Amino acid sequence: MSAGEHASRAGHVHDVVVIGGGVVGVTLARALSRYHLDVVLLERDEEVGFGVSKANSGIIHSGIHADPNTVKGALEWPGNVAWMTLRDELGFGLAQVGELLVALSEDELVSIERLHAQGQAKGVPGLERWDQQRVRRHQPNLSREVIAALWAPTAAVINPYEAVMLIAESAAHNGVEVATAEPVVAIDPPDPDGPIVLHTPARTLAAHYVVNAAGLYADEVAGMAGVGTFSITGRKGEEYLLDKRLAGLVTSIIFPCPTATSKGTLVTPTFDGTIMVGPTAEATDDKRDTATTPEGAKEVFAAARRLVPGIDERDVIAEFAGVRAVADTDDFVLGPTARRGFINAAGIQSPGLTAAPAIADHLVEVLREEGLQLTERDEFEPRVEYPVRFAVLPMEEQAALAERDPRFARLACRCELVTEAELVDAVDRGARTLDGIKFRTRAGMGRCQGAFCTWRCITLLADRRGVPIPRITKRGGDSWIVCDRDDADAAPPRPPVPATSPPAPAAVEVAGSPGAGS
Amino acid sequence: MTDRTATRDDGSDRADRGDRDDRGEVETHVYLCTGCPLGCRLEVDAVDDDVLEVRGFACRRGERYGRQEHVDPRRPVATTVWIEGAVDRRAPVRTAEPVPRDLVRDVVASLRGVRLEAPVRRGDLVVADVCDTGIDVIVTRDLERIGRP
Amino acid sequence: MPITPDRRHLQSRYDVVIVGAGPAGMAAALGARERGAEHVLLVDRETDPGGILLQCIHSGFGLHAFGEEVTGPEYAGRFLEQVLEQDVDVLTDAYVMDVTADRRVKLMSPRVGVHTVDAATVVLAMGARERTREAIRIPGDRPSGVMTAGFAQQLVNLEGYLPGRRAVILGSGDIGLIMARRLALEGVEVVGVFELLPQPSGLTRNVVQCLDDLDIPLHLSTTVIRIHGRDRVERVTVAPVDDDRRPIPEKAWDVDCDTLLLSIGLIPDAELARSLGAQLDPLTGGPVVSGTMETTLPGVFAAGNVVHVNDLADWVSREAQVAGEAAGALATGARRPDQDIRLIPGENVAYVVPHTIASDGTHTLSFRVRRPIHGPTVLRLGEIHRRKVRAVVPAEMVTMKVSPRILEGFRGDVLRVDAIAAEEVAR
Repeated sequence: MSAGEHASRAGHVHDVVVIGGGVVGVTLARALSRYHLDVVLLERDEEVGFGVSKANSGIIHSGIHADPNTVKGALEWPGNVAWMTLRDELGFGLAQVGELLVALSEDELVSIERLHAQGQAKGVPGLERWDQQRVRRHQPNLSREVIAALWAPTAAVINPYEAVMLIAESAAHNGVEVATAEPVVAIDPPDPDGPIVLHTPARTLAAHYVVNAAGLYADEVAGMAGVGTFSITGRKGEEYLLDKRLAGLVTSIIFPCPTATSKGTLVTPTFDGTIMVGPTAEATDDKRDTATTPEGAKEVFAAARRLVPGIDERDVIAEFAGVRAVADTDDFVLGPTARRGFINAAGIQSPGLTAAPAIADHLVEVLREEGLQLTERDEFEPRVEYPVRFAVLPMEEQAALAERDPRFARLACRCELVTEAELVDAVDRGARTLDGIKFRTRAGMGRCQGAFCTWRCITLLADRRGVPIPRITKRGGDSWIVCDRDDADAAPPRPPVPATSPPAPAAVEVAGSPGAGS
Repeated sequence: MTDRTATRDDGSDRADRGDRDDRGEVETHVYLCTGCPLGCRLEVDAVDDDVLEVRGFACRRGERYGRQEHVDPRRPVATTVWIEGAVDRRAPVRTAEPVPRDLVRDVVASLRGVRLEAPVRRGDLVVADVCDTGIDVIVTRDLERIGRP
Repeated sequence: MPITPDRRHLQSRYDVVIVGAGPAGMAAALGARERGAEHVLLVDRETDPGGILLQCIHSGFGLHAFGEEVTGPEYAGRFLEQVLEQDVDVLTDAYVMDVTADRRVKLMSPRVGVHTVDAATVVLAMGARERTREAIRIPGDRPSGVMTAGFAQQLVNLEGYLPGRRAVILGSGDIGLIMARRLALEGVEVVGVFELLPQPSGLTRNVVQCLDDLDIPLHLSTTVIRIHGRDRVERVTVAPVDDDRRPIPEKAWDVDCDTLLLSIGLIPDAELARSLGAQLDPLTGGPVVSGTMETTLPGVFAAGNVVHVNDLADWVSREAQVAGEAAGALATGARRPDQDIRLIPGENVAYVVPHTIASDGTHTLSFRVRRPIHGPTVLRLGEIHRRKVRAVVPAEMVTMKVSPRILEGFRGDVLRVDAIAAEEVAR
């Protein structure tokens, strides 16, 4: 169903509108797409997952960390389990590499014992207390100061942006209208007999149920609905990615023992084979403050080197920061509000990514309890076709793809070996920005940081979406890349992309006569 | 004439030596020689365009450069113009000879809006006698016609 | 049709396969043909051969190669004509994905699909890439509008767009200086060029003709310490640096701009060499090469900016000619000359290429100094050879010819290369 069809149905009341296309919003939207429902997901950014869902540590926690007497603690382990099912259905990058919580002093052994017991009580399987020798055998690059560790094999690393985009795609496949660049700007006052009425710059929507999964802005959205009972503050986390040459430095996620505000600085072997160190945890008044700082880097590297002394700031290939949405309750704010039909899914701080699918399942039950009719659709399709990753295929498959579609034989990003066909696919799957292509295909993530592929991505987006090149952005808003010359009115049309007709048949190779056939 | 020098921030661009000869005031102008890595700081004593002495050079090329730079500084101009039907939308062009330095901006400005049609060859004429300099602007790259069915 | 149109025209086996058709690749192809290689394949990922020269529209090329100054596209065009006259197979819009130890070259192109050809010898001529924001770790926001000078050059000179309206340029390398002029002439306001070092990194000529001529200020010993802007660059914070190149935040100021161009150096694009297992030199970032530009992998040669970053395309062509000749000779059965002398960088020398030479061969050594010497300088090759030059600066590569006559009588196996102020040598 196209957005146009949805929008044209004036007076129509949707069953559920989900506000926010982060990991919580998209997993909820997909969970709801199992039922006969009319669901709209509204995302303020140009694409889903562009908020904190793309800028975090990319970890599915083992399940041991959060206190089970909190909401976040109760949903942590079920979330971990649910992610494995999602991965099996959608195929995004997720690898269960396990985590090692290390103690650097006798004092910290208490933390290890507490989390071990807490994990066991929550039913997390496979936990083991490791002594120094065993730690060294498995992770020889850890500090010699590590005296013991807790091994939790259920922890995983994930490509969070890829997961969010595929989950959203799956939801859309199953009938959810996923609308991006469409912020909710107002919510009408309650009408006891009527639905909830929302306004975006583009349209007015009515819904029986609204789920507020607006992340950092959930307090503002709740305020619009007249139920502003909580506030969200930002807690910034800076992350630093190290060169792929260091792959294997650690093979599991390395945790220090936790502090009051944070799980501390981690050393993570990412799904893509880089090493990531971070995050910091710094309160920020500005929810859009995703700047990295020299102080943050200093803190991260000092902390990381305590765990893995071989880590060097000179190996950084990329850095970024995300802002966690922390509610003043210091827990998830989940459930119905004083306003009938308006349901919160707010304050999703750590372990929010881990808990997200469990949050979605929980919210489905909340909606059922609030009176939403849930009838399962027989035609629900849990799978989407996973995008081709040309770079990792064996040569025969690469050759076969190139025979079928010559665009698979045209290089687009040389650092990550992404082909033009993969860019086309990303745009056809909904990429609207350079970051959207990057997070879907990895084009631009490598050593040259897009110097080679950026122009290819820009022209492809422009041609495929019919948008003038100066209007192509990095991530929406005012993030334009190039502007027109002042004599652009004299510009000729852009030349067509070079021919992509199927390759001619192979030369008949004459055995034993190199050079024949010229 | 406008004093143009390569030094900055030191206020020494134009040193009035205070001595006079009967043709007018002798001024010392400073230029940075561009001939080699040495980058000699050339001092040119002149009365207007009449060069009396060049100092500070380490070779004869430097002396010539100082004289030329004072009397008639020239620059090669390379820029691009629109081209239709080629693999790229801009065709590189240059002036066939260096043009007076003070006309560089005018030369580039005069090429705004110019549009060629592929194919073009190195040396093809783009504009003759650009900005009344008597110098032509020529194409510097062979660009084939593409995309024509 | 001058360029190989599809795979029917490809041989299954080549004497020499050259990766990259920029100044290095084209000169290597000519060198290989001169030494009798019959089947030479030149592969490039762009539609037109020429490499980065095609966007370097400015003059300053060819003084050594052609005896006159021409622009980048003209330089490329002259070489390409010779390449095509020499019946070299040129495959563009193609990418070399991999080369195996036995020199089976895996490539991809829409015209040939994913395909392999066998090569008696391979010449790596992939050039260099630009260092990015990440390489120097500028803190702050991550807006659009931060780009390498080379990308801006592509936008302006090939595509017909501008990178922004008001630009700050970080780094006074030649590309940065040339882009300052280019942007200023195309109506972009160039607020200033900022250079960490106390002297410009680019050639004096470019400082004079690109900045001074256009009244673009150059701030030496100053760098960008923070980028601001949520969506697009809005401003940058710049600060002077102390003698140890550490920024002095108390003296920082903000500069409004919508574009930050980075001209902060090039790195050999040696990933293919690395993945092949060729030994790399940490000083250059490129592969270790012999006097014939052969890497530590037999039959795999390398030349040009993939080996070390040159300041002139002419040097690249000369060096690649050597590589091409040697590759062609080896492919057609010539003996590999014994590389019996190792060269190491000594006093005030950052690196030396090649890394080994043959005592019975003629070689051109290329190196860069670490610090400028603004006066007579002695270039010293061990104790056996000296040459005096007028001055040396890090921005300009130094070359030194070595002949069997010079090496005659030398019995050691290591030679040190120094660049010392003449007055110090005298003492």
